[in-house]
Order: sequence, then structure tokens, then C-alpha cells
Amino acid sequence: MAIDTQPGHRLDKRPGGNGTPPVVRRILLDNGALSALVVMVVAMTFMSGDFLSTQNLLNVGVQAAVTAILAFGVTFAIVSGGIDLSVGSVAAFSAVMLGWFTTTEGMPVFLGVLLAILTGTACGLVNGLLISYGKLPPFIATLAMLSAARGLGLVVSDGTPITLPESMSWVGQTLGEWLPVPVLVMIGMGLITAVVLQRTYSGRSMYAIGGNEEAAHLSGIRVPRQKLVIYALVGTFAAVAGIVLATRLASAQPQAATGYELDAIAAVVIGGASLAGGVGKASGTLIGALILAVLRNGLNLLDVSAFWQQVVIGAVIALAVLLDTLRRRA
Amino acid sequence: MTTPDPPPARELLRTEGIRKTFPGVVALDGVDFDLREGEVHVLLGENGAGKSTLIKVLSGTYRADAGRVLRGGRPVRISGAEDAEKHGIATIHQEFNLVPQLSIAENIFLGRQPRRLGLVDRKKMEDDAAVLLGRVGISAPPRTPVSQLGIAGRQMVEIAKALSLKTRVLIMDEPTAVLTSEEVNRLFAIVRKLRSEGVGIVLITHHLEEIPAIGDRVTVLRDGRSVGQVPATTPQDEMVKLMVGRSIEQQYPRDTGKASAAVKGRQPLLRVTGLRKSGVFHDIGFEVRAGEVVGVAGLVGAGRTEVVRAVFGADHYDAGRVEVGGKKLPGGDVWAAHAAGLGLVPEDRKGQGLLPDASVSDNLGLVTLRETSKGGFVDRGGQRKEATRIAERLGVRMAGIDQHVRTLSGGNQQKVVIGKWLLANSRVLILDEPTRGVDVGAKVEIYQLINELTASGHAVLMISSDLPEVLGMSDRILVMSQGRIAGELTAQEASQDAVMALAVGSATPGTTEMEDSPRGH
Repeated sequence: MAIDTQPGHRLDKRPGGNGTPPVVRRILLDNGALSALVVMVVAMTFMSGDFLSTQNLLNVGVQAAVTAILAFGVTFAIVSGGIDLSVGSVAAFSAVMLGWFTTTEGMPVFLGVLLAILTGTACGLVNGLLISYGKLPPFIATLAMLSAARGLGLVVSDGTPITLPESMSWVGQTLGEWLPVPVLVMIGMGLITAVVLQRTYSGRSMYAIGGNEEAAHLSGIRVPRQKLVIYALVGTFAAVAGIVLATRLASAQPQAATGYELDAIAAVVIGGASLAGGVGKASGTLIGALILAVLRNGLNLLDVSAFWQQVVIGAVIALAVLLDTLRRRA
Repeated sequence: MTTPDPPPARELLRTEGIRKTFPGVVALDGVDFDLREGEVHVLLGENGAGKSTLIKVLSGTYRADAGRVLRGGRPVRISGAEDAEKHGIATIHQEFNLVPQLSIAENIFLGRQPRRLGLVDRKKMEDDAAVLLGRVGISAPPRTPVSQLGIAGRQMVEIAKALSLKTRVLIMDEPTAVLTSEEVNRLFAIVRKLRSEGVGIVLITHHLEEIPAIGDRVTVLRDGRSVGQVPATTPQDEMVKLMVGRSIEQQYPRDTGKASAAVKGRQPLLRVTGLRKSGVFHDIGFEVRAGEVVGVAGLVGAGRTEVVRAVFGADHYDAGRVEVGGKKLPGGDVWAAHAAGLGLVPEDRKGQGLLPDASVSDNLGLVTLRETSKGGFVDRGGQRKEATRIAERLGVRMAGIDQHVRTLSGGNQQKVVIGKWLLANSRVLILDEPTRGVDVGAKVEIYQLINELTASGHAVLMISSDLPEVLGMSDRILVMSQGRIAGELTAQEASQDAVMALAVGSATPGTTEMEDSPRGH
């Protein structure tokens, strides 16, 4: 039996059906989140004439970018069987530091960006240290950081937004008049995530730790050290997301990205990762983030009230994971 | 002519033509089985033969694709734990269904606590539990948290729970695998008592020598089919022949003691001196030379696993020295141990040895992940190739290198755990209970592998609670008792009695040991 499918991902061999080519059908059946995205896009196209315009689709991309970049980072934590609740706060704190370095301290932009990213890395390292050597559960360690990083951002900015220097505005803009930089950054970070997860020692260690931490330990993987790497990466990704968000708004706001950690976790989970660890992919996370963005964008186009939007998004998260669970069981 | 037969015992349970398939596998193919009142019916078969599937059909975990189950002569549908309970069928799985934090009484009556005015009647619950505990011979008070009980105690709680359900059919999946011989005797006493009360017992075991002691009839399964029903007094080799479909010439294919004699006086590959961990083990010192198999025997709880984990760097120790190939290992560093050439196949295969939801390839490549990476990047193609090579060499039976290890049988899973250390080319392999839960055929394959390894200059340190295995495979035997090495036996000196005498401490002349030992601080 030369099989290349994973058990539990049996192909549906029903005869008949529509005219979709087998490959496409296979991909859709194996990937519940992707099918959901396709269904949503098709439905939106019929319901709103504005949806399928280039401009709107790029808008969706821009709206997805910050969540997706945060979620890529959170994917590392979740694949390794952990969680990171602090990404929203770390993103805002890093952005505030960017504003502070480039305005109050008058540093050149590239240096400010670098230091802002390192701020995120440092926050992640603190998470990692608390988890690896303080033996705190990731939930608790990053919950503490959620509060602490938010507070530090407020302290540094004195609670007020910091307007970014003019020279930074291009990051929130478009290249060649149409391609938004946030979308480019999202794609770049997505590719990095895929390579890290699939091709690097650290990435493979994440799956091993998430799959069975004791087995990973007994196989010579230095679990505490790898966890430092994991949470440092999550923090780094959060900082990048924070910078993208700040440049879009042209100012670093200490209260930005509040609650984004939940969107990020939702995107990862919708994308098929297991909170138990050991399972998850960059492509899934991207799809998860796109689903959330298409939903928000679509509901806006359809003039659904912001209050109802929250209800719908909650229902979609539950439904997506429910369908995935049913599909796996079948 | 003959004395009149006693009235035939009533039939409790019967299956007819049970068939169950999983994608790509026929697990059960028309199995007939029956159980009478007051008998112990042993289910025998290699791993993957279908024993577990059959009991899962009987306990309602799986629904059979075809065939029927009769309870007391009437066809019944068992589509869940509730149905099984209703029909008086209780199953004690290898992994217990107990909540460690709750008390014994709460565990026994979980979900059906006696109530008064809607509130749990603790007094009645604990009184009822005490009666049940008396029946299974546990003296612990019903309020004791289950976490404070040992494995044997927990098993008894499971049995007490089954009794509280007015069980007529008790299914036990390898109940003796984790017990010491004394605990096995106690278990069997209770099983006999239940049998005399008319309970029918289905028992799965891999220990053939237990069968005549406890069983009445034996049904042998092979490849999902029932290949024979024999009385429990059938000679072992005949039962083995039924199980594997061929006769196994030699159960322990090793010329023990020969290797030790040949390498005596040579530099040891692994040397441990004065290893101590307060309250766990003391004064541990031994050597293992290239080509040798050194067995570690002792009762469960003697500290064997703790010692090898410390040697391997999985846990820290307080004092002492571990040398591999003459070089001292830093304590508590698995990576360093691996780099020096140590490998550990842990006791708990699923919990410590495998990534159950990862592929065979990923599991095999886990140890070598780091040295095959260049600049942090993994060579996944090369890894797959190496994994395929080693899986073929070990004869891992699988659908492909991408199959998840969760779906492999116990013996094949164990080959994967051993295989990752072979890929790492570890010179000293520490095997902790390498054949627990592994069927007869795969056992012999593992023994042959041990022989190949030692023949090519590797050394093996093997913990085993299976006495015939320790005796049959070890060139030298270290016997541990209460955290110390109570003695060392050569293959010539070793016998079941000699090992047991050391293990229970009766062979130690005097009790000076106790006075020497610094207990606590």
C-alpha cells in the first residue's frame, strides 16, 4: 500500500459530484478552512458587487495583515503545545518604542525599527525564561506579559499616541501605486513561518515538543532552550505586526491591538492547528486570518451592524473548528 | 461409564461472526467467542491479532461491521459504555479510568454517587466503598486519594468499581503487565473468588506461564481470526505455535555469559560509580562493556528506572560519576549523553518514547535531527531516506514511512523507538522494559536485534521485570532492591530463585545496610 495521505484524512470517493477537477477537490476536502474561505468568497461575490474588486481585495489583505503576522507567531507557540496571550500588548509596546526611538530619541528609522523588533524579541525571551526556567504555564506567563507590556507602553508614551516621522509613512502605503506594503510583509512573514516550521531544527523541535514533550526531552532535544527560541520568535513577530499597524495609523498608540491576541489565536485554530500541540501549519494560519478579514469586510459591505458582526464572528469560529473536528472523526 | 457431568455452566456471553474493519485493515474477521458463568477465558494473540478490538466491541467502544453479540442467549446491541454497564459487562483497560485527585470512594461511584435530597451522601458512599474494598482486599480508607495508591491498588479500585456495577462479565486487558509477582498472586486470588461467585472473566495476557495458573479455556486470535480454542493446560509451545502460526525454536536466542567472559578486564563502555540521589537510590556502581548485555532485575519500585534515567541525564543526581568511553558525562544533560553515545528506550513507550501523531519518519529522525541539520536547516529528504533504511532493517510493519506511529502495533512502535537510537549510532543502549506489551513474534525480533548490536560492539543495559527474559538474555544481572544494587550475578549463577532472593532482600546477610544508609537529612 503506497499511500501518501495521513490517516484520518481519507478521500471522499463519492461518484458524481460537480465538475471540479479531482486535485482541487482533494485539496478542499483535506483542508476544511480553505473550503470555508472559498465558500465565503463566492457567497460574498454574489451578495455584494463591490467585494470582488481589486481595491477591496487588497483592503481585505491589509486588514488581514496585522492579525496574520501576529497569528504566524502564535502558531509557533501553539504547535509546541503552548500559547501566547501577550502578542497584542507586545505589538503595541514595540510600536510605542519605535515612536519613542525615532522621535524623542531622534534615531534614524532603520535603527528605530531594529530596536523596536528587538523590544518584541526581548518580551518574548522574558516569556520564554518564565516558562522554561520558572516553570510557569505558558498561559500564566504570557498573561502576565499581556498586562506588563501594555503597561510599559503606556509608561513610555505617557498614555498618548506618538506620531511617527514622515519618513516612515511609506511602510503603510503601497508599492507601485497598488501593492500595499502590509500585504507584502504578511506574505514575507508567512514564508518565513513556513520555512521555520518545515525546514529548521527549531521548527521540527516545536512539533516534537508539542507532540510529546517528554519524548522530545528523552531524544536529546533541549526543550527549555527551544522554548526560549519559540517565545522569542513569537515576540519578534508581534513586534513586526505592531510596526505594520503603527505605520498604517501613522502613529504609535499605546492602546492599539487590544484583544488582537484572541483574533490571532482564533486564526491559528481556524487554520487547523490543535491547541493540544503538535499540529499546525503556516498556510492554515494564513487562511484563518483571511477568513476573519473576509468576514469583517463582507459584513461591512453588507452594512451589518458592528454589534452583530461580533456575534457572527464568534459563530464562525465555533463552526469552523466544529466542522474540522467532525471531518477528522469521519 | 463416566461420572455424570456437572450441569453445564450457563452461557454469559457469545459473539458470532464479529467483523470489524478500519481503513485498510481487517481487524476482526468473523470471530466466534463465548464465555460461561464462573470461568476465566483467556484471549491470547500477538499484538495486532485483534484482542483489543474484540474487547472494544464487547465494551461498546467500537461497533462491529457484521456479526452479533448475545448476552445470556439474547442478541444485544452494545453501542456505548452505558449499554455495556446495563448488560453487566465491565472492562478494565490497561490505562485506568480513574481520576487521581479524587478519593477511592468517589472514583468507585463516579457519576452515580448515592444522593440524599439531591446532595451527595458521602457517608453512604464511603460505607459502600469500604465494603467493596474489603472484597478486593484493600485496607486503605475509602477517603484516600487514588493518587496515593500504587498501580496494583488502582487496579483493585477498578475491580471494586466493576463489582459495584453488579458486573457479570469482567474483561481485563493485560492486568498483570505492570504488577510484581506478589501483586499478581493477590490479583489472581481475587479473580478466583469472583469466578467462584459466578462472574465470567475475559483475560488478556502475554505471560503464557500465567495461563494454567488462572485460566480455564484459551481462545487464540491471529490476524483477526480465531485460530483455536484450547484448554488452559495446553503446553506453552503449542499455544505459541497457534499464536504465531509457526513454532518458535528458541524464545531467548542468546548464548548468555559468553560475551562477558570474552570482554572481562577490558575498558568498560559505560561506568557508573557512587551514584546517589537522596531518598531514591544510593551507592550505585556498575560497568557495561562492549558486546555485553547487562540485565537489571528487581521489584517494581526498587529504583531501576530512576537510576537509568539519571545515568542518561533525563533526571539529575546528587553525587557520583557517569563515564562513557572513559569520559565523564555532565549530569542532567540528555544531549550530552546522546553525543557521548548513550541511548535510552524508555519504559513508557507512548508517554515517553513516541510522538504518537507524527509519522514513522519524523519519529525515527528525532534524535539525529540536530546533527543532520546544517545552519539550523533540516535535511528532510536525507532524513526520510535514513528513516526508510532503518525501518526496513528493523522490519517495521507499516503502510508507509508517513504512517502515524499511533496506528502501529506495540511491537512495531517499540522498533521505532529503538530505531531512532540506531540511527544515532548509540554505542550503549539502555532498554527499559523493552518488550512490555510486545507480542511473542516481535519479542524474538527485538532479542535478535540485541544480539546483532552486541555482536557489532555495542553494549546493552536492559531493565526487565520479566524474569525469564532477564535470565534468558543477560550476560550478567544486577539485582536492585530498595534503591541499592543488592547483588550481581553471572549468567551461570543466575536463577529465578537467586534473583528473587536478592530482589526481596532476603539474601543479604545481616541488616547492616539499613544502618549505613543515610535516610533523609
